[in-house]
Amino acid sequence: MNRDSTGVPTLCRSCFAAAASASGRCPDCGSPRLARHPELLDLAIAHVDCDAFYAAIEKRDDPSLVDRPVIVGGGRRGVVSTACYVARTYGVRSAMPMFKALELCPDATVIRPDMAKYVRVARLVRTLMETLTPAVEPLSIDEAFLDLRGTETLHKASPAETLMRLQRRIESEIGITVSVGLSHNKFLAKIASDLDKPRGFSVLGRAETRSFLAACPVSIIWGVGAAMQRRLAADGIRTVGHLQALDAATLARRYGTMGLRLARLSQGEDARPVTPESQARSISSETTFETDLGRREDLVPILRHLAEKVAARMKAKQLAGYTVVLKLKTTDFRQRTRQQRLPAATNLADVIYRAGVLLLGPELDGTRFRLIGIGVTELGPPGGEFALDLGDPQSAKRMRAEQAMDDLRSRFGEDALKLGITFRPDRTGPRRQA
Amino acid sequence: MKVTIERANLLRALNHVHRVVERRNTIPILANVLLRAENDRLSLKATDLDLEIVDRAPAQVDQPGSTTVPAHMLYDIVRKLPDGAEIQLDTSEGTTMALRAGRTRFALQMLPDSDFPDLNAGDLPVAFEMPAEALKRLIDRTQFAISTEETRYYLNGIYFHVVGAGGEARLRAVATDGHRLAKAEAPAPVGAEGMPGVIVPRKTVGEIQKLLEDPGAIAKVSLSDAKIRLAVGDIVLTSKLIDGTFPDYERVIPRGNNKVLTLEKADFERAVDRVSTISSDRGRAVKLTLADDRMVLAVNNPDSGSASDELPVDYDSEPLEIGFNSRYLLDIAAQLTTDEAEFRLADPGSPTLIQDKGESDALYVLMPMRV
Repeated sequence: MNRDSTGVPTLCRSCFAAAASASGRCPDCGSPRLARHPELLDLAIAHVDCDAFYAAIEKRDDPSLVDRPVIVGGGRRGVVSTACYVARTYGVRSAMPMFKALELCPDATVIRPDMAKYVRVARLVRTLMETLTPAVEPLSIDEAFLDLRGTETLHKASPAETLMRLQRRIESEIGITVSVGLSHNKFLAKIASDLDKPRGFSVLGRAETRSFLAACPVSIIWGVGAAMQRRLAADGIRTVGHLQALDAATLARRYGTMGLRLARLSQGEDARPVTPESQARSISSETTFETDLGRREDLVPILRHLAEKVAARMKAKQLAGYTVVLKLKTTDFRQRTRQQRLPAATNLADVIYRAGVLLLGPELDGTRFRLIGIGVTELGPPGGEFALDLGDPQSAKRMRAEQAMDDLRSRFGEDALKLGITFRPDRTGPRRQA
Repeated sequence: MKVTIERANLLRALNHVHRVVERRNTIPILANVLLRAENDRLSLKATDLDLEIVDRAPAQVDQPGSTTVPAHMLYDIVRKLPDGAEIQLDTSEGTTMALRAGRTRFALQMLPDSDFPDLNAGDLPVAFEMPAEALKRLIDRTQFAISTEETRYYLNGIYFHVVGAGGEARLRAVATDGHRLAKAEAPAPVGAEGMPGVIVPRKTVGEIQKLLEDPGAIAKVSLSDAKIRLAVGDIVLTSKLIDGTFPDYERVIPRGNNKVLTLEKADFERAVDRVSTISSDRGRAVKLTLADDRMVLAVNNPDSGSASDELPVDYDSEPLEIGFNSRYLLDIAAQLTTDEAEFRLADPGSPTLIQDKGESDALYVLMPMRV
């Protein structure tokens, strides 16, 4: 059905129509952006990579920079973190010393990285990915593997189309662009996403895997760094094709376990599954105050609000944790962290909050703080926790109350219900947003 | 001060007091033991500012006086001296105390006894006596459940209080760490009625327990709402109490649990121990499946595998699946004294009562875990 006149499956990347046209344009919308590949509808492992991520965010937030060369970097180490595609035409590359980048491109606008902002945007991108499949494996802040096998019925679309829609959604909702590599394993998907950047969509099918790799330099194989390249070159191996010509036993003899990997990857075999987000080590939330605070009555409501946020995130991720960590930053930027290990893992706002208040008590010695945060570490799946605290006869009641509150919030929205402690009639909502 | 004392007498007294002294001390004098010689007695006193123990030993006092020397060091020295040695302590040689036994000589640095802190007990209006054995039993049954969670300091001890009145009055000991609760009681001794409820700190509890080892002894207790004093023979322990409110524990002791399970304690203990071999350090739950006079114990540890065992029990209520921390089950089983134990259960999410079959002086509440 989604096939052009030659029978090769084709999708329009602009309108997602099955583009059965020999003209090279979509018959529905006229767009030239067609994805055409014999295996287009059969592949489901993808690598999604944001294009010049930091620079793209800065350009999004300041449209006057759109056509200008932008370099994000400087900071402490004085190197380029990200160069936008305009700056790249001058030869500027990531990890280049800033002075060298500016020699190449003196007109560049240099922007100091705002990691907090990038993390926020990355989280949004991640969230959109996770609406498509639970099998999202982040590789870094701006790239991730997605396994879309078995999602066709759910999304009523092939993985390819689902990815195109994701690409467009990220562009329209978040305002940055991504490139997609679609293939049959992680190794090849990652290679593919790099072939057509930015805003790319490339496909590496099973049929051409071997021949495609044969022409690539050995450095395309992850784990082959400068040293390994030299070693291979000394043995006359420069391309993946050279590796393909050798059998696994020979490679293993020469290069040990690395040899076995070379044998597999050179044939385009990579059995690693897409493993969803490696277990978070901690979940926390913090807030910086508009004015420094040091009084219990100011800090405790904020703590409650943060504990609720942490608990909500833990519940959403189906996690519970053993250790509650309180973080404070004094006016002179000194950080204090205090922690308490709970006898049982929890994800209840009530328990996190109460532990936090007990930790906060001794710190209230007149010191003023600019930041407070609370988090939970030693995370694991919930279950195993105790339902009632025998040392706190009221705890069962409060736990039932929290369950009822969660239930109401899930039905009527996050702000449907607030505790008196986080609510002040002179403002709507919590006293301070974290 | 010049005094001669038998090694055995000095060692016994040091044994009673030296544990009070913390291994690490920021205040130097707290590392020392106070020695005072008078009236054919050498008295020894150690303190950590919250707890002090005084013991007395017969000695030949040639010259009365007092001083302080490092407690653990003195203890180690005396321990290593030969059995039956006569030890002479002499402070007439300047800043060190000479310790002589046979040909052995030590000179120990002293600190002035006037600097030694005194735990001012103040007025102790309540006083009663009870057999050491009975008091020890209250402690033995409840000590394991004391919380180590510092933020809830009021759970870091045993709560002693009197319930009921007249001939029915009972001295009750309760401890909980939030997951298990232990309650033990004995007839209230004369004079205990009207005592304030007091929380005796963990370290004090441990020391008291050791002072009660002679089952025939009588423990003399006196207390206020801030301090407690316990005298057994020549030993006098004085301790601060935890200044806090113990939770209203009666509210967490279930009353309506009507599913009764009776089992052979030793068999149960062994089975729990066996299946929990496969659980992780974290104390993974053991799942008990109860139906038709049968109990299946199962542990599942995703990292290492699974285990199950089966026991014949007395259980004819409706089938029930409930999980418990295996460590806690074993702790409680170790406190039970009769061959048969009785469990009273409600549902998988509610506290379970555990008791000796046919005995009501001690009672344990255990919170299930979700399995």
